[in-house]
Amino acid sequence: MTNSPLATYQPDQRALALIGGEATDANLRRYLHGIPGIDAVGLEARAFDLGTRSIKTSSKRWAIDTIIGLIDLTTLEGADTPGKVRSLVAKALMPDPGDPGTPRVAAVCVYGDMVGSAVTALGSAHAAGGTDGVTVAAVATAFPSGRASLAIKLADVRDAVAAGADEIDMVIDRGAFLAGRFGQVYDEIVAVKEACRRADGSMAHLKVILETGELNTYDNVRRASWLAILAGGDFIKTSTGKVAPAATLPVTLSMLEVVRDWHRLTGVRIGVKPAGGIRTSKDAIKYLVTVAETVGEEWLSPRLFRFGASSLLNDVLLQRQKMTTGHYSGPDYVTID
Amino acid sequence: MNRLVISKTYKLYIGGKFPRSESGRVYEVLSHTGDFLANAAKGSRKDARDAVVAARSALGGWAGATAYNRGQVLYRIAELLEGRRNQFVDEIMNCEGVNAAVASAQVDEAIDRWVWYAGWADKYVQVAGNANPVSGPFFNTSVPEPTGVVAIIAPQGTESLLGLVSAIAPALVAGNTVVVVANEHAPLSAISLGEVLATSDVPGGVVNIVTGSPAEIAPWLATHADVNALDLVGAGNLDWVELQISAADTLKRVLPPEAGADAALPALNRILAFTELKTVWHTKAIL
Repeated sequence: MTNSPLATYQPDQRALALIGGEATDANLRRYLHGIPGIDAVGLEARAFDLGTRSIKTSSKRWAIDTIIGLIDLTTLEGADTPGKVRSLVAKALMPDPGDPGTPRVAAVCVYGDMVGSAVTALGSAHAAGGTDGVTVAAVATAFPSGRASLAIKLADVRDAVAAGADEIDMVIDRGAFLAGRFGQVYDEIVAVKEACRRADGSMAHLKVILETGELNTYDNVRRASWLAILAGGDFIKTSTGKVAPAATLPVTLSMLEVVRDWHRLTGVRIGVKPAGGIRTSKDAIKYLVTVAETVGEEWLSPRLFRFGASSLLNDVLLQRQKMTTGHYSGPDYVTID
Repeated sequence: MNRLVISKTYKLYIGGKFPRSESGRVYEVLSHTGDFLANAAKGSRKDARDAVVAARSALGGWAGATAYNRGQVLYRIAELLEGRRNQFVDEIMNCEGVNAAVASAQVDEAIDRWVWYAGWADKYVQVAGNANPVSGPFFNTSVPEPTGVVAIIAPQGTESLLGLVSAIAPALVAGNTVVVVANEHAPLSAISLGEVLATSDVPGGVVNIVTGSPAEIAPWLATHADVNALDLVGAGNLDWVELQISAADTLKRVLPPEAGADAALPALNRILAFTELKTVWHTKAIL
């Protein structure tokens, strides 16, 4: 697939080779500002166009089951309790008790201090690095603002990993990024990645949240995506869900294009996770189309694509019930959460 | 030079807005002599689904409003209907082929019916509720509460405006929200009534009007799991037994079709048909 010499480098050398030196502000700025700009009108038109595909009957059924299998079922409230996390896990394992054939979601996503509760509640259904079962994702690094010292952010990550988190959703320092201190953002991601190392040497997956709603331009989103990938993120994620606008189709499309380019360049597959603001199956299907058309159907697997969502699952279940029973369902037939 | 006639596009009324049918379909509305009157939107099952979603989201606010406030809002509809009576008289004359006096009488009766039902809003609970005697030191009261989202097949005969008002007003009194399938052959006054509702104080989504074929839409409403009650008052020409059977799957309250001159006459029972009796026990205070 790729003929680039970059494919032969070790991962940690790859970024340095690409930037052409150490990851200093100056080198990163030269590299990131050298990336071609985005045609915003063209990007939005392309995203709109991908959203107009009509997905019906058997394709829709496939899409709905695929969406469920890609969801990071999320609860990120100040009022989260162990009981709330238990009921979230119960829903993750059995999204629709009326139809046991409903697939499980990919992961549950909670605050770091709730990881223990989630792991306990999952019990033997916890994937824990395996391919079968549900994984536990934890938001860390002073989520959602990211406004804390590096030492606190790293302690936050280590805590969550030690408690059994399989995936860490970190936020980048948007303030540093917008101020042009790319080296600081880069170093933080590298340090957090290192903090994802478990006692046995294996690594928790690192998702890097760009918080695109605070980056203002598509060009910044593209630069932040490159920066996160260069620094070693396994996934790039749009938003925390705490800032509007959260995930939008054009933003996700621009991130997918970076992932596609990176794959062509190095042969490495990076995951993408749009999060926040995706509430209906109709919206989610647009994302599936965009992924398949931009990076390929191979990405439609929980290893490479996730939806960060809480209310999306209920809407998908209503659609699924409609397709199964032949009549419209209602909110009384899914759980309140 | 003759002025070009500006004819009106009749659309649906869903969630306080006037969308076209998502299907893009329209059908011709003909006068009693068979002349073309207008194109009305031919609603689809998805329009009905959207209407149910709108009705469900409006339910909390409408059912939670005070009975006094609901009465005022319903009375305001009558006021605005009075102000636009000429439009309704014209539409009824065109659609139904009656003379001005008969059309005018129908509009009068429709307005009076709104007023009659509006008056019940803060009174029906006193009549239908009760303080029950029980053998213990408890207050025990039963009060009627709204059933929820009510789907209505409007009367399909003559008197299109009066039939529609007679069907939706009683459901609204108690705080239910409504999805109504209008008279298929005379839908114009239904959509004009939607315009009256949109400019009165009725919150968007409390009344949703879908024009089109009741035979096509009714089965989707009857089976819809988020509809709580089904008024088949105008479904006499449909397979309404089948509709009742499918409504039973989700335990809906169902009213059967009515026909003739005394169809959907104003009655307290029509209000109570879409209420659920809630009984509360409460210890008597120790004085």
